[in-house]
Amino acid sequence: MITVRIPTPLRPMTGGKGEVEATGGSVLELIDHLNGAHPGLKDRICDEQGEVRRFINIYVNEEDIRFLTGKETPLKDGDEVSIVPAIAGGSHG
Amino acid sequence: MSFTEDQITRYSRHILLPEVGGKGQKKISQAKVFVVGAGGLGSPVALYLAAAGIGTIGLIDSDVVDMSNLQRQVLHHTPDVGRSKVLSAKAKIQAINPDVKVETHEARFTAENALELITPYDIVIDGVDNFPAKFLINDACYFADKPLVHGGILRFEGRVFSIIPKKSACYRCIFKEPPPPGLVPSCQEAGIIGVVAGIIGTIQATEALKIILGIGQPLTDRILDFDAQKTAFREIKTKRNPKCKLCGDNPEITKLFEHEQEVCQLRTPGTVGVT
Repeated sequence: MITVRIPTPLRPMTGGKGEVEATGGSVLELIDHLNGAHPGLKDRICDEQGEVRRFINIYVNEEDIRFLTGKETPLKDGDEVSIVPAIAGGSHG
Repeated sequence: MSFTEDQITRYSRHILLPEVGGKGQKKISQAKVFVVGAGGLGSPVALYLAAAGIGTIGLIDSDVVDMSNLQRQVLHHTPDVGRSKVLSAKAKIQAINPDVKVETHEARFTAENALELITPYDIVIDGVDNFPAKFLINDACYFADKPLVHGGILRFEGRVFSIIPKKSACYRCIFKEPPPPGLVPSCQEAGIIGVVAGIIGTIQATEALKIILGIGQPLTDRILDFDAQKTAFREIKTKRNPKCKLCGDNPEITKLFEHEQEVCQLRTPGTVGVT
């Protein structure tokens, strides 16, 4: 099983859960499996072309997949995947 | 410059630290920090930097204090509702520490005024609530070569990291562009536990002091993420992106601009976003 950390903005799609378990041999597979359990999640993470949206980063064991092999980055049991979108907050300066 | 008796007493707990000492306190007293946004993040930043004895604090915010701000924007008190945020902030800073010079700008931070505003300062603090402004601050700090301490908050989550332009990953290296409206809530519908602003803002203030003092390891090339529900900090490694449109090998951004899209689509006149 792979542990996936769900960021605050996507938690409405996981019933409020900040952490879910999923399987997948690669990041792409994992996203597809996540979408099976939580329909609509893939659309939030990936754009129409299936690429990870530009304001979202995915980390495998705290390494940015852009510096690994992108969405083909292989996954194994026990890995931890974090989905990290930009968040704002502060003041309307 | 030398310290008066009162100042030595005021800053004695700093001066006692071998890493600070009288020399470090002098650096703090000569430092100039520009805080964009006098809201949730700007409040703890400005209060702690004022207490620490920062020489000059610059503040920009175009808003007035709203009742809904008071839950987290601790610079502003109940009688300040309706008052300009920067003027309210200035009064509190001066009450804490009259040594601090406060420069206020009751305006928006824009592509036109950004460079002129930050140039006189040593460090910039991002305390704004919207993505276009966050990208603008990042880009301005890159062009003006100013260290930037970024902060972001949402619901029970906060995030903070420092950027040393041309040396460490910038905001654009990590998040290439603002999310389209609606995908990442940042407004009144999302909510925020007020104290998360305090936690992230005080870390931003700590980072500013460390950068001024040149001590410790700056929070660069790593994102510190705080989850208040778990009371857990998590660190995510990052690095400069050679494809970054701003600071990468083939930059495409050569001047300041504002991303047009406003994330706060739900903002209606008379309401104030979660800041």
